[in-house]
Amino acid sequence: MINKQEVTHIASLARIGMSQKELKKIQKDMSSILNYFDLLKKVNVSQVNPTSHSVLVENIMREDEKKERNIDFANKLVEAAPQRKARYIKVKSVF
Amino acid sequence: MELTDLTISQIQQGLAKKQFSALDLTKAYLNRIGKRNKKILAILTLCEKSALSKAKEIDNLLLQGNSIPPLAGVPCVIKDNILVKGVKCTAGSKILENYIASYDASVVKLLKKQGAIILGKGNLDEFAIGSSGEHSAFGKTLNPCDLTRVPGGSSSGPVAAVADNLCAFALGSDTGGSIRLPASFCGVTGFKPTYGAVSRFGLMAMASSLDQIGPIAKTSYDAEIVFRAISEKDPYDSTSLGVAKENVSSLKNLCFGVPKEYFIKGIDKSVEKAIRNAIKKLEENGAKIKEISLPNTEYALAVYYIIMTSEVSANLARYDGIKYGYLKKEKTLINDYLETRGSGFGEEVRRRIMLGTYALSAGYYEAYYLKAQKVRTLIRRDFERAFQKVDMILTPVSPTLPFKIGEKMNDPLSMYLSDIFTVPLNLAGLPGISIPIGKEKGLPIGIQMIGKEFSDYKILKAAQVAEKIWM
Repeated sequence: MINKQEVTHIASLARIGMSQKELKKIQKDMSSILNYFDLLKKVNVSQVNPTSHSVLVENIMREDEKKERNIDFANKLVEAAPQRKARYIKVKSVF
Repeated sequence: MELTDLTISQIQQGLAKKQFSALDLTKAYLNRIGKRNKKILAILTLCEKSALSKAKEIDNLLLQGNSIPPLAGVPCVIKDNILVKGVKCTAGSKILENYIASYDASVVKLLKKQGAIILGKGNLDEFAIGSSGEHSAFGKTLNPCDLTRVPGGSSSGPVAAVADNLCAFALGSDTGGSIRLPASFCGVTGFKPTYGAVSRFGLMAMASSLDQIGPIAKTSYDAEIVFRAISEKDPYDSTSLGVAKENVSSLKNLCFGVPKEYFIKGIDKSVEKAIRNAIKKLEENGAKIKEISLPNTEYALAVYYIIMTSEVSANLARYDGIKYGYLKKEKTLINDYLETRGSGFGEEVRRRIMLGTYALSAGYYEAYYLKAQKVRTLIRRDFERAFQKVDMILTPVSPTLPFKIGEKMNDPLSMYLSDIFTVPLNLAGLPGISIPIGKEKGLPIGIQMIGKEFSDYKILKAAQVAEKIWM
C-alpha cells in the first residue's frame, strides 16, 4: 500500500494540485493498481534486454539546413499561449 | 438505401456515374449529424462551411471531366487529438478547450490531397486515455447500437460516427486498443497498422512508443482504401517507415493461430462462442487453424499500464498553462502549474500521470519501468515464435460485450481489464484489425486478426476474404 506522504510527494513531482479528499481517493486507486503490477515480480528477466521501441529503426539523419516557414505559422504557435506580450510568451519569474 | 449508408467504394462508383454529387452527399451527412449527434455526441466540432465548399470543388472537377483521387468527395471524421489546421483541437480536455491547431497533421494533409471531406472532429476519452468513451470533458459518447451502453474508447466518437452513418470513414488513434475496442463494441471495422506505418506528426502524443493512427470504416476493403491513402514515410516523424504491398486472394494456404491464453476465465461465454464459431467457419472454408501458445500474455496488461502511464506522465508535462490554452492564474508560478493541471485535467488523466510519475521516480524506476520494458521483450518474442508457425493470429477483441454506461467508472482496474486482448500488439508494434462477426442480444462482437510487422496489406486482404465468410 502506497502511503499518503508518498502520494503527496508524487502529486508535487507531477505538478498536479489535489485536495485532501482527492489525495485519499487516488491513494486507494493507486494502491490497487500497483498491487496488480506486482504480478510482474514472478517473471524472470535476468537474461533479457529491455525493449523501448517495438519496431527496429536506425537513426534517421538529414542535412542540417534551414527550412523556410511562413511567419504566420510562428505567429499562430505563439498565439496559442494564454499570456503574451507582442510576439513573446509571458511567464512569471522563476525566482 | 440512404446516401449515408454507402461504403467508400459505393461512393466512388456513385460519383463517377453521376448518381449523386459530392455536395448532395456532404449535405446528407450534415443533415444526419444534425439529427443524431445531440443524442450520441460523436462529434465535438463541426466543419460545415469548409466541408460544403470542398464538396463543391470536387463537383467542379467532376463536371470538367477531370479524374479524381480515390477519396475525393468522401466525408470523414477525424479524432479530436489529430490536428486539422485552423480548427479547434481539444483532445477531449478542458486544458485545451480553446486550442486552435496551427498546422495539419501529416495524415490530414494526405487526406486533403486525396479530396476527402472533413465533416468534423470526433469525441474521445480525454487525451485518448480511457476504454469506454466516458472520459471526455465535453460529455460521453453513446453506443449507437444501444444508447444505454458505452461505445468503447478511446476513439469513441470517430467509431460511433462511422457506426451511426454520420460519416463514411474516420481516423482514430490506437495506443492499447483505442481503435479496435470501440470498433468491436459498435460493429464496424477498425485497423491498427504496424507501428511506424502511418506518420504520427500532428497526433497529440500520449504514449509515443505505442501510439499509432489508423482507419475506422464500414468494411475492411474501405479500411484498405484509407490505409493506402495515409500510409507514407514522413520526414516529420522519424519513426515512420514505408510498408510493402502484398496480396492475398484465397484462404486455402493461410494458417491461423489461436492462442490458448486468450480464452481465459472471465471471458463472456457468448463472446467465446461467437469467436469459436467464426474460427470454425474459416476452417470450413479452407483455412488451416492451429492452437498456439503466447505464454507471457498474462503479463501484457501490467507491462502496458506501466509503460503507457510512464510515457503519458512525460508527454503531458507540456500542458502547463504557459504554452497552450487553459491557465488558472495564481500568485506564484508553481501554483499556476498545480492549479492549471489540477483543474484542467480530468480524474483519469490525473490518475495515469500520477501512476507514471511514480513508476519513473527515484527508487522505483527499475522495479517498474525497466522491468516492464524487459517483459515487453518477452511478449515480443512470443509473437516472433508464433509467427514462425502461423501466418496470422485470431483472438477476441474484448472479453465482454459493450458494458453499461457508468458500470466501470468507479473501479479503474476493472476498466483497464477491457484492454487485455488488445494491448499485446501495441507492445510488440504489430498490426491488428477488429472485424465484426455478429451480434448477441443486439450487441456487436468483433474478432481480432493479428499479423507480423509490416504485413498490413496481407491482414487487410485476409480480412476482406474472411468478412465475406462471416457476413
